[in-house]
Amino acid sequence: MSQNESTQSSGSGEEQPQNSGREVARRVFARELEDATFTFKESDDERAPVYLLLPTGEKANRLFIAGTLTEVNDVGSEDEYLQARIVGPTGTFFAYAGKYQPEAASFLRQAQTPCYVAMTGKPRTYDSDDGETLVSLRPEQINEVDEATRTKWVLETADQTIDRIEADEPSDQCNQLVNEHYPNVDLPAYKEAVITAIQSTMDAESESEGEQINPEIVDETQPSAEAGSGVK
Amino acid sequence: MVVGDTMTTPNTNKDAGELASELVEELSDHAELSKDEIEQQISKLANQYSMPVKEAHRSVRNNLMEKYDIGDGDVDLGNQEVLVGEINQDEQWVDVTVKVDQLWEPKSDSVGQVGLVGDESGKTKFISWAKSDVPELEEGKSYKLTNVVTDEYQGDYSIKLNKTSGVNPIDEDVEIGENKETMSGAIVDLQKGSGLIERCPEDGCTRVLRNGRCSEHGDVDGVDDIRIKAVLDTGLSTQVVIFNAEATEEITDISLSDAIEMARAEMERSVVADEIREKIVGQYYEITGPMLGEYLLANEFEQTPQTHDAEAVLAKARSI
Repeated sequence: MSQNESTQSSGSGEEQPQNSGREVARRVFARELEDATFTFKESDDERAPVYLLLPTGEKANRLFIAGTLTEVNDVGSEDEYLQARIVGPTGTFFAYAGKYQPEAASFLRQAQTPCYVAMTGKPRTYDSDDGETLVSLRPEQINEVDEATRTKWVLETADQTIDRIEADEPSDQCNQLVNEHYPNVDLPAYKEAVITAIQSTMDAESESEGEQINPEIVDETQPSAEAGSGVK
Repeated sequence: MVVGDTMTTPNTNKDAGELASELVEELSDHAELSKDEIEQQISKLANQYSMPVKEAHRSVRNNLMEKYDIGDGDVDLGNQEVLVGEINQDEQWVDVTVKVDQLWEPKSDSVGQVGLVGDESGKTKFISWAKSDVPELEEGKSYKLTNVVTDEYQGDYSIKLNKTSGVNPIDEDVEIGENKETMSGAIVDLQKGSGLIERCPEDGCTRVLRNGRCSEHGDVDGVDDIRIKAVLDTGLSTQVVIFNAEATEEITDISLSDAIEMARAEMERSVVADEIREKIVGQYYEITGPMLGEYLLANEFEQTPQTHDAEAVLAKARSI
């Protein structure tokens, strides 16, 4: 209720009819998210929503992701500050939950890794000491889900990523921002990531026929191995 | 399901004989025609000018309509008969079989009649212009309306009756269904006012209490109820969905009495919403029901619907 974006109509004719002004939760693979470093507001209002610019030409104030929760570490100094690694077929999402996200923190504290999770969260950027911009998520909602849900998320995210790659209306505000802020945007890399992701669901299908598969801990340097089987 | 309507769009597979029979039948109210004669005319035209039988039929039909002075509105033109809920294109000529749900006071002299008509798929607005001289519709009566034109305004569709439209009262009482929407997405959040709630007991009020107070009736003894207000998110748009007590029990396995028991055991009503959150947030659903203001009322739902086929998405990815 607090964020009422009445001033938000600067963009050109976008697909805006969003119910009750709530920000939509974009579907993005880790591969694309790690290249998203530019954030912007559409008005000077202090409370105006902050958007992360996706390299495929869309703005994201909220994300919905699913993947394998592989690790939870307390990286806080005094207060608890939990870092969660959520691995998908194209890379790893990092989420951080502290005292202002009590429900997410409580979930992460008790989670039995590895398990499939789905999370709604806000993207946050952070500049590391060596000047690199890192993207993480601040969880709003997180829950354990089953394999079918994770697979559906992968296919849905693949589908919507393809649509974003294809839609390159030059007049679109986001595409203009992409040209300006991501001059070296590598769309073919995202297409490759999409194909890898879809194939990972197909491998998993053929391997898991008739048996219960548990998600496997993987080294995120080889994220595409994630679809492998690992019977408990 | 509808009135005895033998006339459909002429099918290319039909031969001259079939088309001729249909034409005789179609124009039977206006002219006594011989099937053989018509068939001959169609065949002759088709052979002589080697045109498709369908085209020959069309031509013969037009000639007959002119000869017997039959107006377009007088016969079924073979438009597609649609349900009002199926209308999703502007400026389509269609036929509908509907009951008049409401008539409104026209706000302008140029409007003959305006109101709502409906069929099993829901309701839609209709309008007829004063200058078109369309026969008047009566509230509560059912009609077959032929040759009406669809119209779109800000995503809402309506139908317009025009000079050529046919208004044919029918005996059947058309039942009007609810306008249903179907949306598929992930539940990404639960809103306040979900779980075990209290409603105002005053007659006809049912407002949800906040801290035991009704905004209309003040401090009252609330009546327990259970419901869910959840945000369904497609990745491109969001929709708040409401599950009433029955739907809540169906989706979460938590009945009102379970919820009261849970709250009592924990001495905390919010445990019910927490439990609901754990069961549905992060899950995909396809939800169908009527729109109630800005809310989608969840009448039916399916968990993790298979809306994406891996092979198909892969083919799409490779095609770019």
